[in-house]
This record gives sequence, structure tokens and C-alpha cells, in this order.
Amino acid sequence: MTTAEIQQQIIDEFSAFDDWMDKYNLLIEMGKDTPVIDAQYKTNNHLISGCQSRVWLHASFTDNKVFFTADSDAIITKGIVNLLIRVLSGQSPDTILAADMGFLDQIGLKEHLSPTRSNGLLSMIKQMKMYAQVFKLKMA
Amino acid sequence: MSHHIDLEDIRSEFPALHQLVYNKPLVYLDNAATTQKPTSVIKRMFQYYEQENSNIHRGVHHLSQQATEAFEAARAYVANLIHAQYAHEVIFTRGATEAINLVASSLGELLLQTNDSVLVTAMEHHSNFVPWQQLCKRKNAHLLTLPFSREGELDLEEYAALLAKNPKIVAFTHISNTLGTINPIREMIGMAHEKGIPVLIDGAQSIAHKAVDVQDLDCDFFVFSAHKAYGPMGAGVLYGKQKWLDQMPPYQYGGEMVDKVSISQTSFNVLPFKFEAGTPDVAAVLGMETALRFISDVGYDWIGNHEHQLVDYATTELSQIADIRFFGQSAHKASVVSFLVGQIHPFDLGTLLDKMGVAVRTGHHCAQPVMDFYGIHGTVRASFALYNTIEEVDVFVSAVKKAVRMLS
Repeated sequence: MTTAEIQQQIIDEFSAFDDWMDKYNLLIEMGKDTPVIDAQYKTNNHLISGCQSRVWLHASFTDNKVFFTADSDAIITKGIVNLLIRVLSGQSPDTILAADMGFLDQIGLKEHLSPTRSNGLLSMIKQMKMYAQVFKLKMA
Repeated sequence: MSHHIDLEDIRSEFPALHQLVYNKPLVYLDNAATTQKPTSVIKRMFQYYEQENSNIHRGVHHLSQQATEAFEAARAYVANLIHAQYAHEVIFTRGATEAINLVASSLGELLLQTNDSVLVTAMEHHSNFVPWQQLCKRKNAHLLTLPFSREGELDLEEYAALLAKNPKIVAFTHISNTLGTINPIREMIGMAHEKGIPVLIDGAQSIAHKAVDVQDLDCDFFVFSAHKAYGPMGAGVLYGKQKWLDQMPPYQYGGEMVDKVSISQTSFNVLPFKFEAGTPDVAAVLGMETALRFISDVGYDWIGNHEHQLVDYATTELSQIADIRFFGQSAHKASVVSFLVGQIHPFDLGTLLDKMGVAVRTGHHCAQPVMDFYGIHGTVRASFALYNTIEEVDVFVSAVKKAVRMLS
């Protein structure tokens, strides 16, 4: 699936709910089953700065595709991280670099995208794109 | 004061309280970060820019003299409120942080030599910790830190033991922003003075809640910010005893603090101007005066009783939640409740409370040494002001319960 198709799938899942509580319940459920990062990568080196909750992110490169795993000590953050991973993991560096994460706005999580939010969502996206950039350079 | 106070009348003076957040009535419980402002304060600042704006202490013209008089009247009012002996012992700053930096830099320059020490506590806000830590680094001096108990109280025996090491300066908070502890400052000041050590009190969390008498306390310095006491951001106060302020070198240079300048040297103005370099935020200072008058009109007795009720009620109601842990359980507590529930991350709890219209603070509250002591990364903190109601506490507590159910 393309990143646009995955984003549409997520928008459809969230659009089943009008109430913010149901949306957050879904996010919390998603936070419970994040592909958990291998314990060896849960170090300060993999910590994303700018988060009030701690987020660890790891990336690997196989068959010209980038694969992400992550974890967070906050469950809502973990739910959001999971959404990002669903969209970006397993994609090519170019796709990741070009990806527009506008779906977060459409599913009602816009406030988490504000640079003033201390959840570091923007840093997370930036870090994922940075990994993609590095792998792209390695390919060349 | 025996006059009747109507809470609804008070609330009607705060326009920011009457708004919806995500379609829910705002319940503002982040008052230890900053309070909302009454209409009188907003109007006072507006009026200054509309009718009185002029640079102070300079012009011979009418507006300048009027602005200067208003500015100096604000100084006299603050001095009177905190019972300073002289108005010129009140220095206007941008806030408590700048006031502490001023003292750390200037008094530090005067008193601190290599291998000397400064004593602070482990419950300080970073603003009353980092300036001293950095001063000690610059001077190759030692920073002594007085620990606190699990309940969040300072141990006076340990304090005496640290005073025996003869620190040159002692600095600690009146009320902890994270734990809510009201420290026994009068006793602690007395103990330091027995050894001739000057004491700075961080009053950022106390001026909105407790009457302050600097002469009765006998503190050498007392600092606070206007914005945590219903006033504007950008104004604050450094009270210092004349005997110290006279000896201390200037902190910043230029503008009104200068007496005479030649190419080769400069002499400095008298107190308080010696410490007020550059054009001050006059509107903010006038707004601060209006805010302090507002507090005074309501009365510290009423404020103390009301906020005490809110904290007691919130604590009792929250206690029903399984696995709740409170941080700061001193018998002497101001209007702060800091807590965690089970393994729930404070960010998760704060995010869901926000969606329910309840504004709280989550995180380390600029007091990381406090978090280190408890081995946690942060707490959820609800902090109350004179305009909060019992009904708001009910909304807050049921919102916490709902969030806990969602996150469990």
C-alpha cells in the first residue's frame, strides 16, 4: 500500500467515532500494541529529544526499505508513534522523505502537531525522515 | 478583614476564566505556572499606553513626570505591602528569575571566593538553583544542597549541619512549586543570621497566597514575579536590604542607573536606580501594582482560607482513586497538589484532562532535582488560585477518574 492509502485507512478507522473519547480510546488501544523496540536500542542514543514523554526510535534498512520500531513510556504518545510507523515503516527512503503526514490533522490530533506541544511529535517525524535521508545517501 | 467576599463576583473580574475549551468550560488549575489576570490589571496597562505613555525619570514634560510619579508610586505601594523599611529597597525586575540572577551575580561577586560555598535546597525551582550552581562554577566554589524528606519537608537539623560549613549565601524557596510545602523560613533565616549569613527567599509561589513582612522575617532578599500573582508577565520585584544593595556592584549597565559618564569612567546612580538599567516595562509595573492591590482588597486571610479548603477537598477526593501517590504531604502546605496514579504517565493523564477542559501542568515543573529524589520523570500538578471553586475541584476529580479508567 502507498502511504496515502495507509493514511486513508487510518482516517476511515477514526472517522467511525465522533466523540473525542472514542478516538482517544482507539489511540490508547493502538498504543498497547506498538511493535516494541528491541531492548538493546532502548538507550539514550535512540531517545528523541523534545518529548515530555520518552520516545525511543530505531531504524533498519533492508531491501532498500526503511523499517522502524519504537517505544514510549506514555501510552498516548505510543499510539501516535504507532500510527507514524504504520504509515512510514517498510517504505523507500524517497517515499518517506516525500510523505505528508496530514492525516493527523484529519483524525483530530491536530493539537499534537503544534511545535509548542512538548510531546515531540514533530521531532519524531523529523527523526524518521532523517533516518530515511541517511539510508538514501548510503544507497547512492 | 471582615468584609463579605462573593466568589462569583471575583470570577466575573477574570475574563479568561469564562471560555470553552474543546466545548467544555475551562477549569484552570495551572496557577502555579501563571494566574489569569483581572480586568482591572488589563485596563490599567491599557490606560497607560493610551494616555500616560512616556519615558520615566528623564523628561521635564508633563507626561514623563506623570509616568515617573506613577512608577514611583507603584514602588512605594510594593514596599508598603511587603513592609520594606525603604521604598528604594524595592528593585523592579522582569521577574523572580531575573531578580535571583541579579543577586547571584552581584552579591556573588561581592562575597564569594574560591572554595567558599552557597547553600540551597533540593526543592528549588531551577530559577533558584541554576544561577547559584553556575555562580559556584565560575568562582570554583561549592554548592551545598539541603535535602528534604519523603513528605517534602526540610530537616532543620541537617540545615544546621550545613550552616556549620559556613556558606557565604543561603537561598531557598518560601513555598515549593512542586510539593506545595511552606518552609519554616523565619526560623531558617534566624539560624543563618546567627552565623551572619545573608538569606534570599524565593517568594514566587507565596506572594499570591500569603502575607509577607520582610522586616518581620528579617530576610536579606525576597523576590517574586507579578504574573504568578494576577499581574502581567514581564514585571517582578527584588527586595533587598539597603545595607546589601549599597555594597553590591551593578548587574547591568546603561540608562537610568548611570550617574556621571566620561570617556574614562562612570559613576553609578543611587538605589534603586543603580539596579534598574535601561527603560523598564512601566505598564507591567503599573499592572503589577493593580494586581497586588486586588490581592490586598480580597485579603490574604480570605485567600488562605479559601485555597486551603480547595486543596483539602481536592486531596480528600483524589485519595479515593486506587494507586494514587501524592508528592508533597507536608502538614504545612499551600495550594498545590502533585500526584501520579499507578503506572500512568503524567503526559497521558494531562492530555486527557486537557480534552475535558481541565488545565493542569505535567512534567518536572522546572524542579528536576525533586523528580530525581522520588525517582520519577514528572507528576501531574493541580494548583489553585483565589478564583477556583469547589465545583471546579469536582469537575477536575471526576476528569481524573475518567482519564484513569481510559488509561487502565
